[in-house]
Amino acid sequence: MSDGPLFHRDRTWHPKPLSPDYKTSVVRSPQKALLSMNTTLSEETGPVFAHDMLGELDNDLILNFAKPGEMALGQRIIVHGRVLDENGRGVPGALLEFWQANAGGRYRHAKEGYLAPLDPNFGGCGRTITDADGQYSFRTIKPGAYPWPNGVNDWRPAHIHFSVFGRSFGQRLITQMYFEGDPLIPLCPIVRTISDPEAVAQLIAPLDMNNTVPMDARAYTFDIVLRGRRSTMFENRMEGN
Amino acid sequence: MQKLTPLKESPSQTAGPYVHIGCVPNFCGITGVYDQDLGSTMVNDQTKGERITVTGTVFDGTGTPLKDALVEIWQADTDGIYKTGDPRGAGDPNFTGWGRAAGDYDTGIWTFETIKPGAVPFPDGRMMAPHIAFWIVARGINIGLQTRIYFPNDPMVANDPWLTRIEHQNRVQTLIAKEASPATFQFDIHLQGPDETIFFDV
Ligand SMILES: [Fe+3]
Repeated sequence: MSDGPLFHRDRTWHPKPLSPDYKTSVVRSPQKALLSMNTTLSEETGPVFAHDMLGELDNDLILNFAKPGEMALGQRIIVHGRVLDENGRGVPGALLEFWQANAGGRYRHAKEGYLAPLDPNFGGCGRTITDADGQYSFRTIKPGAYPWPNGVNDWRPAHIHFSVFGRSFGQRLITQMYFEGDPLIPLCPIVRTISDPEAVAQLIAPLDMNNTVPMDARAYTFDIVLRGRRSTMFENRMEGN
Repeated sequence: MQKLTPLKESPSQTAGPYVHIGCVPNFCGITGVYDQDLGSTMVNDQTKGERITVTGTVFDGTGTPLKDALVEIWQADTDGIYKTGDPRGAGDPNFTGWGRAAGDYDTGIWTFETIKPGAVPFPDGRMMAPHIAFWIVARGINIGLQTRIYFPNDPMVANDPWLTRIEHQNRVQTLIAKEASPATFQFDIHLQGPDETIFFDV
């Protein structure tokens, strides 16, 4: 398999680094223009993670932190989908790590101050690796919405954070999955760092009744797209300097 | 006319303040789910090459250290081969090439125990000076920041085919680590201000 140069990122599709309504971005966004470069081996290669690294419950947030015989509280859901590249090809062997608040909207974290209670049986982290077609799935509970200090009354819509490794370090991506029909989505300053509504829509997982397990867990489908690669056919020219 | 129908890359969203839960759960006290945090160990006793420590702090535009940043690095082995994905072959089996570290909750300092990388070719075949690719995420960073560090007193830096493309050569020093003590390289990252680190759209 040839690992050609990565497609350039469409920075108009991504959130703008400086998004004043998301206040923390004001002092954390670079002020100088990013320097545009073509990828080299340093960006086209990347770490690979083997399936045997995974524990049996790594993709089951209902059980992976629970005491034996107990389970996390909340609405049981399955999240599944494919990791693809911009050429539409499945990305096998992609490591996905996900984290989320519990059903009440509370994170298990020392710096978290929301008054909603911790669930003693919910840790909030999981991971999986895509199969040969780029498919993945995991089981969890639907996270709650939660308030956060930005404006005085800002609430995050229910969401799951995703960290994704493709085949290249230059494909590294962190994003968030939202849930179809959540009225908080259009109000959220973090969602609104993305200006194109079509781009926001790409992060909203629809309810998937076909894959819902009757009397058990509803399914949501969430596909993730990573940067594509150019064909390497005509890449051998000398680069000017 | 036929239509081009490439998919669009999923838009990035901030890692938020609780990135530790997903990426370094043991570091933040969520134990018993994973044996150890991924990327916490890059070398072992058999790893070839010169052992180095790479450490630093990410600063915001007010000069305040970020205490919730997550930093990842990717580098070649001592012979300049990447562990995986490198068309020239497999890298040192005793070196992961990839590391992940969270900033300390109190100081923001992060640290990697690694080896000095070898030189890697640019697409036209010229050699790039030894460097380490960085990726930085945190609350308030809407899309992960990509940069590189190079090593001080490296004669290859002056002709590095990547660095010589940079228009404002006076900014190149933001990519060069300081040797704080023997084999310990300090690389502070400034998100804004007069010393703003060069970040790449690559
Ligand atoms: Fe969150």
